[in-house]
Amino acid sequence: MTITKKILWGFLAILGAYAVSVIALHRGETINALWLITAALCIYAIAYRFYAAWIAAKVLVIDETRATPAERLDNGRDFIPTNKWIVFGHHFAAIAGPGPLVGPTLAAQFGYLPGTLWILVGAVIGGAVQDMVTLFFSMRRNGRSLGQMARDEIGVIGGTAALVGTFLIMIILIAVLGLVVVNAMKHSPWATSTVAATIPIAMIVGIYMRHIRPGRVLEASAIGVALLLFSVLAGGWVDHNATMRVWFDHDGLPLAYAIIVYGFAAAVLPVWLLLAPRDYLSTFMKLGTVLLLAVAIIIIRPDIHMPAVTQFTDGTGPIFGGKLFPFVFITIACGAISGFHALIASGTTPKLLSNERDIRMIGYGGMLLESFVAIMAMIAATVLEPGIFFAINSPAGVVGKEAIDAVEKINSWGFAVTVEQMEQLAKDMGESTLFARTGGAPSLAVGMASIFGNAFGKHLLALWYHFAIMFEAIFILTTLDAGTRVGRFMLQDMLGNFNKKLGETSYTPSVILTSSIVVAGWGYFLYIGVIDPNGGVNILWPLFGIANQMLAAIALSVATGILVKSGKLKFAWITGLPLAWLVTITTTASYQKIFSDDVRVGFFAAANDLSAKLASGALPADKANVAPQLIFNQHLDAYLTMFFVVVLWVVVVDMLYVCWRYINTRVVLPTSETPYVATQL
Amino acid sequence: MLKLTQLWQRIRELSGDDAYERYLAHYNEHHGQDAEASAPLSREQFFKQWQDSKWKGVKRCC
Repeated sequence: MTITKKILWGFLAILGAYAVSVIALHRGETINALWLITAALCIYAIAYRFYAAWIAAKVLVIDETRATPAERLDNGRDFIPTNKWIVFGHHFAAIAGPGPLVGPTLAAQFGYLPGTLWILVGAVIGGAVQDMVTLFFSMRRNGRSLGQMARDEIGVIGGTAALVGTFLIMIILIAVLGLVVVNAMKHSPWATSTVAATIPIAMIVGIYMRHIRPGRVLEASAIGVALLLFSVLAGGWVDHNATMRVWFDHDGLPLAYAIIVYGFAAAVLPVWLLLAPRDYLSTFMKLGTVLLLAVAIIIIRPDIHMPAVTQFTDGTGPIFGGKLFPFVFITIACGAISGFHALIASGTTPKLLSNERDIRMIGYGGMLLESFVAIMAMIAATVLEPGIFFAINSPAGVVGKEAIDAVEKINSWGFAVTVEQMEQLAKDMGESTLFARTGGAPSLAVGMASIFGNAFGKHLLALWYHFAIMFEAIFILTTLDAGTRVGRFMLQDMLGNFNKKLGETSYTPSVILTSSIVVAGWGYFLYIGVIDPNGGVNILWPLFGIANQMLAAIALSVATGILVKSGKLKFAWITGLPLAWLVTITTTASYQKIFSDDVRVGFFAAANDLSAKLASGALPADKANVAPQLIFNQHLDAYLTMFFVVVLWVVVVDMLYVCWRYINTRVVLPTSETPYVATQL
Repeated sequence: MLKLTQLWQRIRELSGDDAYERYLAHYNEHHGQDAEASAPLSREQFFKQWQDSKWKGVKRCC
């Protein structure tokens, strides 16, 4: 390294350390969001330049002369040596979903600091390492999937656990994302009509790409994006039209049913009609909006109004119950570490790499960018006045149904907000009310609208708000479609072991049966989430976080096992350390979700509390009607959580046993790495 | 100007807009001289296959 470079990196290190100390020690009224951006960029740069480079060179021992599977197995379809920027684009579009937007918004109830630190440290030490290492191991095994690698390297138990874990996490994920969309559309004709319009728009794009001008992906997408923007505008007209607004003004439950029917249709319809075109649109919207948000934040340099740390670290938070440790680590999964990424990093992406050296940029760099999206979501949530943030995100079950009660309760926590202020805000955003709009999407949209409004024109607030809602909804629905379909394929695969006919992906009765089972699975959790007076997020999001972190722990176990088996015991800590942390937080969180006496944390405690109230007749009639279902669900969730922890420990113990056998020179499964072939490229 | 054309090429590649052209190039390189190979797929046929194969497996994350 030259002297100038040393000075430059030294300067970056000092700037980064200074920015972190500012955001950590600052205790004034507000702090500028640029400090968060500066801290994040410095940390990413240093981690990428030094830690990631060290792992690539010394631990994984990247070999630039070795031919990748894309080169050796080039078939012009799934194995294609591809330019690294193109692979980066595909990889990032695949890993970045709604998760890094919702998680930080919810975790902002603890203040901006805990979530921000976890997003930064978690990504650099955990998530980015997991993605890069998984990508590397899969690349060295012809792009095998995580489940296959677990089976090949650790054993049948690990492999099966990865498969079942993936299926369950999909069910929970889709349910919670469905709930986020339902809460954003509830009694909002504008949002509902705009989101509904995305379905025919996707179909138009699909027909255009398939039949009118086959394969002209960019033309079709440009038409689609223009139509989407128009649908945001048209939603405003619907909202102002007395007849039409009634058609789109609904309670949560009918909206949930509509999403369930839609999910089933999307899983059964051919991909070209709905799923593929929707995915193109959501990718373009996602990249465009994220870029726009970054530019807007840098232009207006907003102040953060949320305190660094709130009193809710004690576990009494209104958005979800539970103390800072372990719940901030469960709430923010995507953005810090997400097990789901291991499924993308093994499978599609490794089949495109043209040279081994690209894995640092794609695996590690891709996750850093996702982490940066999470930081921006945190900023969008915390630039709101905390009183407003809590008024939007606190469920009626916690603060009360009436606006006046909610305001009084929030004021009693020390956060100023008035009914008039909330009414004005709802009017500005073109909504009837913004109280108790849980799930994170509406508050993120208000935050984004105020940032965009300040940067590009304030009179358009309502348009920006509904643009943000549409942006979130379109890729939540993409995840919902794609997830249901993947769930269907996985189920057909499993059922194929018992009955060959059921395993055929084009056999209609099997398609209908498996799609129904998957949709019924997530539809059930969505239904319960909607009828739950505490907003459903309180139950579903931690369950999703635990499931996602469990999947990450499985991926890290596989990676640690492979490292040890390759004779790299002294480096096994690079995945072993994040693994130990994930096992600690998921086990603690699961323990609390099962055994805590706090009715907002413990599933059994909540079930018992509700049973006692039901028995004593203390519940009003509407709540008493749904109480038995809620009680059953709390029990189910408790057992599901237990199942997740057991699966996690089985995989970890299985991995440790394999490592122990290897270290004591006993027989272990041979490595499944493909032999060296020199590159010709 | 060259930069702009390059950028456009990258965008086409990223979105799969030029997938058929790349397929044809691949075909000509590997099967072009082969008299017994079947004729290349038409744009429409190719796109159908490409889209169907693209949508198997986990494609999108949370």
